Amino acid sequence: MIALVARDLRLAIRAGGGFGLGLAFFLIVTVLVPFGVGPESATLAKIAPGILWVGALLACLLSLDRILALDYEDGSLDLLATAPIPLEGVVTMKAAAHWLTTGLPLTLAAPVFGVLLNLPEPGFGWVTLSLAIGTPALSVIGTFGAALTVGLKRGGLLLSLLVLPLYVPTLIFGAEVSRRGAMGMDTATPLLLLAGITAAAVALLPFASAAAIRVNLR
Amino acid sequence: MDLSVSDLAVARGGVPVLEGLGFAVSGGEALILRGPNGIGKTTLLRTLAGLQPPLAGTMSLPAEAIAYAAHADGLKATLTVAENLGFWAAVYGTGAIAPAMARMNLAQLATRPAMSLSAGQKRRLGLARLLVTGRPVWVLDEPTVSLDTASVALFGEAVRGHLAAGGMAVIATHIDLGLPEARVLDLAAFKARPPGEGGISGEFDRSFDGAFA
Repeated sequence: MIALVARDLRLAIRAGGGFGLGLAFFLIVTVLVPFGVGPESATLAKIAPGILWVGALLACLLSLDRILALDYEDGSLDLLATAPIPLEGVVTMKAAAHWLTTGLPLTLAAPVFGVLLNLPEPGFGWVTLSLAIGTPALSVIGTFGAALTVGLKRGGLLLSLLVLPLYVPTLIFGAEVSRRGAMGMDTATPLLLLAGITAAAVALLPFASAAAIRVNLR
Repeated sequence: MDLSVSDLAVARGGVPVLEGLGFAVSGGEALILRGPNGIGKTTLLRTLAGLQPPLAGTMSLPAEAIAYAAHADGLKATLTVAENLGFWAAVYGTGAIAPAMARMNLAQLATRPAMSLSAGQKRRLGLARLLVTGRPVWVLDEPTVSLDTASVALFGEAVRGHLAAGGMAVIATHIDLGLPEARVLDLAAFKARPPGEGGISGEFDRSFDGAFA
């Protein structure tokens, strides 16, 4: 199973693998927002946690259709489905590789991009922590969406629409942790809920994703 | 160990395509499936490989015994030949890829990215994957498409080597594979009849049950 993650990471960093696309999109969002809302640092400081979370979520959304569609097109998904690795393991490893190439870089970049948005000083740690806890859920939920739409031609639109409502709870609690953290308030409740959503998604969704792939491969 | 299939019916998109199909392949034997386009060769092979459930009937071996090779080779264009093959060897937990590369005459191409291979070389790499699976039954869908005569002979050698080691092969093809000893099964005889004529009914047929009552 480690081989699968290693292969996906290698594919991502090779030419045309799409590594950095999400990061570039995240950078564009954080650079453009101050131009759009104006340079008042008080306004920016207020919206910075939310913008960072929305930007990270959209950047994550951008790369979802690559998770399984490429493997479906070149036939490797059929071969993986007949391989000794259970399909549940395959989708978990796919989601892990997606997180390593998308969620983790976004998490590490968020405090740097926070400077551009005049994020209040106590917020840096909380934004990073909330993204580190929340982005695995985005990858796992995204893999589930990719599994549902895997056989469809141009399934990207449907995938985005399917996944969007499932992302809302993670966004609400993740942004809330960041906002409260930036304002120096207590973050325990939203942080626990965010961690709970991630834990539930990681534990349950691989089974749903594997079932969806089995149906789609028939 | 042998692969026997009895009274198998398979469906594509809810419509039965083959029914009443039975055959047995024992260790060291190859079975070649023939039949016109659309008869259900690929559907049958996907059912054997466990990618879809049969409509009816039984198969004696679990899907875990079967190595499946489809029309698409499942290669990653940006990975090298050795990396592509090494990945599958790691997935199947069999390790060494050098013997398989040598058998399919790929050793000189080991460091080339798969995107720079010709169609025939890609096919050979796809077939080399079978050698690293270590599974006893090969289920192959048109394995010799885009292979030249020398590569077809190479493929024939690989299949014979597999059979000599007690393996089995079920191969769907229209082309001569250079395996004169293999048995041939014509699937045209097992074409599913319409349900009105006593044929098996699939999901598609059943979805109309009672609709016109």
